[in-house]
Amino acid sequence: MRMIRTRTLPGTRRAIALAAAFGVFAAGCTDMYDDARIKPLQESTFYADGQSSRPLVEGTVPRGSARTDEHFTTGKINGKFADAFPVEITAGLLDRGEDRFNVFCSPCHGRLGDGTGMIVRRGFPRPNSFHSDSVRSKPAGYYFDVITNGFGRMYSYAPSIPVEDRWAVVAYLRALQLSRRVEAGALTSAELEKLSR
Amino acid sequence: MAQIFHPGMKVVSRASIILFVIVVTVLVVVGGAMYRSGYTTNVGNPREQKVPFSHEHHVNGLGISCAYCHTSVEKSAFAGIPPTHTCMTCHSQIWNTAPVLEPVRESYRTGRPLEWIRVHDLPDFAYFNHSIHVNKGVGCETCHGRVDRMPLTWSVNTLHMSWCLDCHRNPEKYVRPKSEIYSMTWKAGTDTAAGRRLVEEYDIHKQQLSDCSICHR
Repeated sequence: MRMIRTRTLPGTRRAIALAAAFGVFAAGCTDMYDDARIKPLQESTFYADGQSSRPLVEGTVPRGSARTDEHFTTGKINGKFADAFPVEITAGLLDRGEDRFNVFCSPCHGRLGDGTGMIVRRGFPRPNSFHSDSVRSKPAGYYFDVITNGFGRMYSYAPSIPVEDRWAVVAYLRALQLSRRVEAGALTSAELEKLSR
Repeated sequence: MAQIFHPGMKVVSRASIILFVIVVTVLVVVGGAMYRSGYTTNVGNPREQKVPFSHEHHVNGLGISCAYCHTSVEKSAFAGIPPTHTCMTCHSQIWNTAPVLEPVRESYRTGRPLEWIRVHDLPDFAYFNHSIHVNKGVGCETCHGRVDRMPLTWSVNTLHMSWCLDCHRNPEKYVRPKSEIYSMTWKAGTDTAAGRRLVEEYDIHKQQLSDCSICHR
């Protein structure tokens, strides 16, 4: 979707500098700075639309991305949002989810998930808090679907967050929700002491 | 037999030898300085873009991570320039009538890509891969500088081979904990003990890093 043009001026200047320093021996050396290879998103004079990156044929499936597993790729089982996770929840997955949540979700939803991120403070309509009862009661697959397809004013994050990372984000979201509703009796005395400090 | 050269030519010949040495020295020095200067490398020269995108505003002002837009940085050679979709994720609601963003909206409406002038243009004979650097503890800021202070984007390093080698020979002076990759403010400590530990932890084979074939493939 983006094109990058390279400015040719520095190449000319480089050639002058090299020619001054090394005389005729350097003549032609700068040709190799820009060979016929195309860099990602570079502009093209060959194709009519000016882009070297060709649009994908509709229906193209990247290797390894075939949607054979409904639960994993849509968050649904038999067409209904599932609350179960299609991946194993591990500490590593939660760490990854926290990292991705903070990168992609926190600008609006805030690091705590209460919907007061910086972009909201700058005027973006405030999303519901993840801690409200109506949002908490949604099944895990629902969150996966929102990340994939967007919701309301939220655009799809499918281009930015790969499927497995989306599940990591949903898992972290569950941890975030849990963090506000833990019964005191379920904690060890050491944990309680840490919290009261 | 008469002398071929007039006695005065002795001065001329000496002067021409000296002059030749001086001219060559000056050319080499001036050419070398030119080659390293911002005039040739464009270091410190903000690039004018059709949309005056400010990293300072988005990174420093709003706290958006580098990875929000440059999504392929940790798994691909190319860090990625975001699709217009990413810009419009916020700008469909915020500054959605600002004239300065009209090219962005037009791109979204028509599907025609925005054009950007490349800021970092590595010579094509040098192989470079973002993902390996990010995954082995090289932070964005190490090469790209304080992007969070750039209202328009410029480069802060020459991308000359000597600059690459400085880190490839002494990675312990530059590598950082993985949690700090996107940090703009992380600073290496004065002693390199922590860096040496990270080099070991990341399994960086320092002795190969200055092999020709690492970068010239």
